[in-house]
Amino acid sequence: MNVIAPEPITADLSALAARFRQVLPPECVVTDTIARKPFETDAQTMHRQMPGIVVLPETVAQVSEVLRLCREFGVPVVPRGAGTGLSGGATPVPGGVLLAMTKFNRILDVDYANRVVVAQPGVTNLGITRAVEDDGFYYAPDPSSQIACTIGGNVAQNSGGVHCLKYGLTVNNILGVELVTMDGEVLRVGGKHLDPEGYDLLSIITGSEGLLGVITEVTVRILPKPETVRALLVSFDSIEAGGACVADVIASGIIPAGMEMMDRITIDAVEEYCAPGYPADAAAILICELDGPAAEVDYLIERVTAIATRNGAIGVRASQSEEERLLFWLGRKSAFPAAAKMKPDYYVLDGTIPRNKLAPVLARIGELSRASGLTIANVFHVGDGNLHPLILYDANVPGEMEAAEHLGHDILRLCVSVGGVLTGEHGVGTEKRDLMPEMFTDLDMQQQQRLKCAFDPGQHLNPGKVFPTLHRCAELGAMHVHKGKTAFPELPRF
Amino acid sequence: MTSAYKPTDEKELAELISWASAEARPLELVGSGTKRGLGCPVKINGRGIPAKVDLSGIAGVVFYEPEELVISVRPGTPLEQVNQMLAERNQMLAFEPLDWGWLLCGESKYGTIGGAISVGSSGPRRVKAGAARDFVLGAHAVNGRGECFKSGGRVVKNVTGYDLHKLMTGAYGTLGAFTEITLKVLPAPEKTYTLLIHGLKPERAVEALTAAANSPFEVSGLAHIPAPEAARSQVPYVGRADRAITAIRVEGHGVSVTHRMEELKKLVAPFGPLEELHSMNSRRFWSEVRDAWLLPPDHQVVWRVSVPPTNGAAIIAASGADSWLMDWAGGLIWLGYESAAAGQGARIRAAMTEGGHALLVRAPDAVRREEAVFQPQAEGLAKLSARVKAGFDPSGIFNPGRMGAVSLPGAA
Repeated sequence: MNVIAPEPITADLSALAARFRQVLPPECVVTDTIARKPFETDAQTMHRQMPGIVVLPETVAQVSEVLRLCREFGVPVVPRGAGTGLSGGATPVPGGVLLAMTKFNRILDVDYANRVVVAQPGVTNLGITRAVEDDGFYYAPDPSSQIACTIGGNVAQNSGGVHCLKYGLTVNNILGVELVTMDGEVLRVGGKHLDPEGYDLLSIITGSEGLLGVITEVTVRILPKPETVRALLVSFDSIEAGGACVADVIASGIIPAGMEMMDRITIDAVEEYCAPGYPADAAAILICELDGPAAEVDYLIERVTAIATRNGAIGVRASQSEEERLLFWLGRKSAFPAAAKMKPDYYVLDGTIPRNKLAPVLARIGELSRASGLTIANVFHVGDGNLHPLILYDANVPGEMEAAEHLGHDILRLCVSVGGVLTGEHGVGTEKRDLMPEMFTDLDMQQQQRLKCAFDPGQHLNPGKVFPTLHRCAELGAMHVHKGKTAFPELPRF
Repeated sequence: MTSAYKPTDEKELAELISWASAEARPLELVGSGTKRGLGCPVKINGRGIPAKVDLSGIAGVVFYEPEELVISVRPGTPLEQVNQMLAERNQMLAFEPLDWGWLLCGESKYGTIGGAISVGSSGPRRVKAGAARDFVLGAHAVNGRGECFKSGGRVVKNVTGYDLHKLMTGAYGTLGAFTEITLKVLPAPEKTYTLLIHGLKPERAVEALTAAANSPFEVSGLAHIPAPEAARSQVPYVGRADRAITAIRVEGHGVSVTHRMEELKKLVAPFGPLEELHSMNSRRFWSEVRDAWLLPPDHQVVWRVSVPPTNGAAIIAASGADSWLMDWAGGLIWLGYESAAAGQGARIRAAMTEGGHALLVRAPDAVRREEAVFQPQAEGLAKLSARVKAGFDPSGIFNPGRMGAVSLPGAA
């Protein structure tokens, strides 16, 4: 990966660190090499960079000061939560500042009457649910890293999870944020109300991958816990049959809480890893989770069972207890660690495709896998077409990591070519940055970058992420028109 | 007479906008024009009367794949046509776009899908299903430079690039002109029932609605109508009740609706006498709530106020309004005044102690020009919004002033 930064960094980092120490407690400014080491990567570990300085502010005023100083010194800043991101969004810029928000770890307000929680950005995703579950509530988006990932990181990445089909992504579940812009200004967008006032900036701050501002507070919606949750474990002798079943479920007006599928390679891997008892004869298995009032769940279990049978399911089991439901999920949730047992390294992809393209896309992924000689295990959020092919490789074998990356990019191009997208929930970051032109024209990307310029005209925040080409904001803002020389000197009449 | 243009495709539209941009000629983007009365009137601003660009010619369905829960339409497509098409396949736009015609034109006029998305308003189901922008998966549009761009896609799970299409939802055509909008659709409910509680005061109604909203029974409508407005209802159980009505909507599969209605009855029985509405009456009632149809049509001034639900009853009490409706369990308040008087907006906004958005929906033109139609923003946010606008439309040609000061050229 080539590093792109707007300007070579010429600032005196030790002078900047000294200024940081005037506004932050000394232990919150990290310049020691060993102490900076843990911050050199997020969960996309293929690429590492040492940050110049790591700062761990404790107050909003300190965040504001840090950003102001970085701007004054012309030093890029990379914001970071728990570092669980999978696309390199929190990979440091060499010689830049890494701004870790982990000390913002308090829940500020639990408001049941308005069904919201106000949290600092360093609170974990699961931490929000933990704070309200005894009173019968939960926070719906559930990325698989939910035990560790932070709500601030979730907002930056617009994180998803296994229940997006019914409950949406982060953007659909938050109502407000407090944001510090690069010039140190503290802005409040949204709140506990439902209609946006003015432009819906919350919808672009969510998923902005740390390029627009630093989130210092989040207001999330919480939901009453469903009365009942049950799951079906369905096996098929082909991926096609499984895909057809999923399409039929949705076409019949049923929106399950989650629909997850995995292929034979993954089934074998998880059986060996944790023995969830998946059928030995299946080419694919489907976990279909239904939640809601007991009467509804029982009724839908019957209907989905009938649809599965009609689509040639070779086995259907409905969970009869919470233990059994969790056992169904055990294998799915262990898919990544199980894959890690098969090869020393794996590279997880995140493309989304229209559901009806599932069978041909998986067939093509199989061909690409065979041609490259690298094994691919497929697990996917089939309900919303979000694929997570796991490319297995060994970084110690020369050339294998590059081959895995190459194969991964071919698969993402395939997703885009059938009407899908590069990333369903992991973000663009550095990983998919250079693939953006597969999906967007220069004009598409320039329009996005102009938005970036509205927030951060000096482009100090997280440079080198998301966009493959850096444009100066002045260049993007220029109007190339010459009065009298336009295509329409006369009034056009349509 | 003002000029009017009617481009028939993206290319013609882009050429027109390129020209207008080069000449710095302001344009007023309209679909069928049913919501021109909403928001601020476009400003003349020393550059001549904005030329009208009629987008109703860029119409039609690009694709509709019911089993994929997705439809893609051109902006000029009539909203009723979209609703009809979806209904034929037992699907719907779950955010319940309003029929703004009742409030703004005195009769039913749904307008175009482009208009519905551009004002971005959501109906009673907002509390459960989400807002208009949550259902916009992607769009093609032309910016103020005359450049065609797209964002998003046709799949629900997508975090590739910025969601410009969501930002443009509710932007009143001040950022760009849509040429295609891709929407997520959902199955229409098999059954729609409504549980009514009679005779509650607003504070007590909010308590009942909160109890229902905080229950696991997946309610999709939470409204409270005072007695005089309830009397306007065409649903007999509501119109003849002669009392305030608190309403809880339950939608979904038949067995589930029956079960949840029984559970909810137990939950709210302590609040007052109960009644049930079934499918036809339910649908009629919720469209009356959605469109604020229950407000007296001769009340000259109407406000739509979005606040934290616990703040709703206080807004009603402080507003001095002559008529009102409560939706979203207290989170949405419609206020009506028989006639315009100084200080109405200030009174409402002073009562909004926990943030929110008060939008002036209907008023005589003089009032619309003077009053802050949109909620005034803190300076930093207003300046940022103006820079965002300039990033899409640097010459400020689209609907100048339609969203107040932030949408005027030079505000950045």
